[in-house]
Amino acid sequence: MSTHQPGDAVQRADDADPHGEVEVKQGSFAERAEPLDNPGLPEHLPRPTDVYPEAERRAERQVAGMFFLATVLALAFCVLYFVVPIDATFLGWSGLNFALGGTLGASLLLIGLGAVQWAKKLMADEEMVEMRHPAVSNDDDRTEMLAKFNQGVNESGIRRRPLIRNTLLGALGVLGLPAIVLLRDLGPLPGKKQFETVWASGMRVVNDVAGTPLRPADIEVGQLVNAQPFAFFETDESGEHVIHGAELLQEKSKASVIVVRMRPEDITPAPGQENWGIEGILCFSKICTHVGCPISLWEQQTHHLLCPCHQSTYDLSDGGKVIFGPAHRPLPQLPLALDDEGYIIATSDFTVPVGPSFPEVEQDK
Amino acid sequence: MTQITTDTPLEESAFGKKAAGPVGWLDSRLGLAKAGKGLVRKVFPDHWSFFLGEIALYSFIVLLLTGVFLTFWYVPSMEEVTYTGSYAPLRGLEMSKAYASTLDISFDIRGGLLMRQIHHWAAMLFIASMIAHMLRVFFTGAYRKPREVNWLIGVGLFSLALIEGFAGYSLPDDLLSGTGLRFVDGLIRSIPIIGSYAEFFVFGGEYPGELIIPRLYMAHILLVPAILLGLITAHLLLLVYHKHTQWPGPGRTENNVVGYPVLPVYAAKAGGFFFVVFGFIVLVSATLQLNPVWSYGPYNPSEVTAGSQPDWYMGWVEGAVRIMPNWETTILGWTFSWNVFIPAVVLLTALFGLLAAYPFVERWVTKDDREHHLLQRPRNAPVRTGLGVAGMTAYGVLWIAGGNDVIATQFHMDIYTITWLCRIGFFVAPVIAFVVTKRICISLQRQDTETLLHGYETGVLERSPDGGYSERHAPLPANVAYTVSARDEVRVIEAPEDTDEHGVRAPGGLKARLHARASRFYHEDVAEKPTRHEVEEAAHHHADHDGHALEPGARDEFQGISETGVPHQH
Ligand code: HEM
Ligand code: FES
Repeated sequence: MSTHQPGDAVQRADDADPHGEVEVKQGSFAERAEPLDNPGLPEHLPRPTDVYPEAERRAERQVAGMFFLATVLALAFCVLYFVVPIDATFLGWSGLNFALGGTLGASLLLIGLGAVQWAKKLMADEEMVEMRHPAVSNDDDRTEMLAKFNQGVNESGIRRRPLIRNTLLGALGVLGLPAIVLLRDLGPLPGKKQFETVWASGMRVVNDVAGTPLRPADIEVGQLVNAQPFAFFETDESGEHVIHGAELLQEKSKASVIVVRMRPEDITPAPGQENWGIEGILCFSKICTHVGCPISLWEQQTHHLLCPCHQSTYDLSDGGKVIFGPAHRPLPQLPLALDDEGYIIATSDFTVPVGPSFPEVEQDK
Repeated sequence: MTQITTDTPLEESAFGKKAAGPVGWLDSRLGLAKAGKGLVRKVFPDHWSFFLGEIALYSFIVLLLTGVFLTFWYVPSMEEVTYTGSYAPLRGLEMSKAYASTLDISFDIRGGLLMRQIHHWAAMLFIASMIAHMLRVFFTGAYRKPREVNWLIGVGLFSLALIEGFAGYSLPDDLLSGTGLRFVDGLIRSIPIIGSYAEFFVFGGEYPGELIIPRLYMAHILLVPAILLGLITAHLLLLVYHKHTQWPGPGRTENNVVGYPVLPVYAAKAGGFFFVVFGFIVLVSATLQLNPVWSYGPYNPSEVTAGSQPDWYMGWVEGAVRIMPNWETTILGWTFSWNVFIPAVVLLTALFGLLAAYPFVERWVTKDDREHHLLQRPRNAPVRTGLGVAGMTAYGVLWIAGGNDVIATQFHMDIYTITWLCRIGFFVAPVIAFVVTKRICISLQRQDTETLLHGYETGVLERSPDGGYSERHAPLPANVAYTVSARDEVRVIEAPEDTDEHGVRAPGGLKARLHARASRFYHEDVAEKPTRHEVEEAAHHHADHDGHALEPGARDEFQGISETGVPHQH
């Protein structure tokens, strides 16, 4: 029976801290005798299945029963695959999903439970002991390894020929450059793209679903309208949208706006932006300056606009200033005017970048 | 029992004779016997907590199987198409091919929905079990020498699993996954100086562009799984080389490993457990709906679904982003978006950095260079356990912060109040958690000493002739007493004298003092275990005048101490 103590760890003298800034007193770990001797492995006790033949047979039947049932369920899966229509519903959801998942899942589960039961009840259950070996190589191995390695290095002559060594290292090092240069075409350079949207002087502000142009009379005080630039609804001769596909998504993620109407006396316009609204109608970017979620929650009494993603809150009566949350820059405002037919138009593009900040965001265009 | 010895050897059975040819053919080419003889009866210790890593392994296999199925139909393209499939509410809508093909898998391929469900549920379980496994390795000190490298591999696996999960979540290109991508776009932009360039390189132009889905697809089905597979292989090879750790107990020492052989018990249990995990995931997928992409609609950068939330394992990052103050500074024309960069990029890096560094920091403090194969009960390393719980608390606060809007509506609380509570809680709660946990550990240690010396409470009240009541104590059974007593002890390492006898400052004094402080922080207050002498004293005391002492209960009735290390009972 073993009398090893947990304290006598596998330890090797040559592992001690080589720097020795702090002296480790040999045996400072658990040098005291263990309070109790290791009593050794407890005696093995037989299980009911080891002793009673009926228990053993019962366990055998259980295991085989589970495997048999698993077979039946796997077959049922195949039948249901062809029998249950794909659009059948069960408890408000896909009936086929339920049928296939139920049979397959139960079948797998039964195979697993059967195997575990077999191991627990019927396989030999005496614990075994195996000895450990320290992870470190033994001294002979180390010496042999070092000798061989040295011989190899010496035969290469790499230490005697620094010229070869250094030119090789240089060549390998510089070879990293092509690998980096090759990635150059992963994407174009940003240029001024982040500063520009499709908004331009004279572009109509239109309803985001139907594309109908907006008139001041369409918007009541307290109302918020989701809007887009007319450019998104423009079609060519054949009736195709001019901006579509990936380009549409790119432009939408910059140009989407909201139009709100407040009582003019409630509004404190930022200096230089006094005439950006029409009778209390203001237009702001819909894209949060935090990480770019479209903002949608409007509290008409307080004039607060709340981003659903991380709750940044902007005061639209106060130039879109951030009053709470992780966003920093105010919501960019789009200057508005009316065209000859009385529809709301933009008088220019946004004057500051929209969307999440980027390193150059405060630089001039 | 007896059949085992009467069974004919395999090589003499009919099957054995038939198989001998092919097996011999393979052996003469691969050296099977040489490689396999050590493995067939290799011993694995048994404990429920050792299954957590296995669950991760099995869910990974399930992910590989279902993932391959999904690749048969999924189209990684952002090209625009008009949906014509069977899901009526979306018919006629413009959407990306990626989203359309995901709808096809859900509605037009039999079993496709089930495979999507299984794949996503398995991903959840993969990450959950990996975290649980990591916590068990941490709290039991299984990462100590010689297993530090395996811990580092584990940290690598954990970080890659998060990336893999995120990439997968983005592939359907529905409104929810697009919102997640938008978040990543903001995050990339927040990288100081090079943010815009990084954004354009990652997305192949302006967000969202046409390339991000094909690129994420490549990462999701090739790059990351290949690295995961390689790391898992290395992880398991090291496990075989080191042999598994075990709990202390009778017959178990630092120099042996006690358990069941691979063939048959471990193979049957582990193999069976694979089917149990797989079956469980399938049954959950059959019944609980997850990520119903069809109800969100195609991605549209001007729309968002209310309460949009990432998968749970990203919730803590989301929370950190929510409670971060809105700091942004512009220096010499360059804007630094700390409000995004710190909670997203810095925090993630910090988590993995701290995890990777911990074993080495602890080793520096304890100066403990021995190999450790016996696990520690969390109470026996109070500072480590306290730090672990503190970390979990910080994680928990961030996770709660990630659902601050849900909490606000559920509990009718003001969202600003919750945000502030979380900001304060992130700094205060971990400290409280540390102190409380450490205290609990130490009192548990004292309690262990108490039971060891004075026996356990039997719950039997006795009335003495003079009317006083007392509870009967019974000595612990020898096996249990040993298990409780067997724990590693480490001591405070004091700094050497500051100055030598001539008043000259000792070289390296500052470093040594720093180390001494760390050592004291780590070991101070830890309850010492009783000495051999004390135990013997107490035993005599029991025998001499504790008339009430009960005989130690029959082993299978005893339930006084936690199950770890109590000998197996069948
Ligand atoms: C893909 C994910 C992972 C898989 C498939 C996996 C699998 C396993 C398995 C099957 C074991 C043996 C059983 C056990 O101790 O639970 C193990 C041991 C181990 N794992 Fe993992 N693991 C994963 C992730 C991790 C992570 C995230 C960490 C820590 C950061 C980690 C650290 C360790 C260590 C140190 C051991 C040795 C523990 C011992 O011998 O007691 N693993 N792993
Ligand atoms: S995206 Fe609006 S608050 Fe984060």
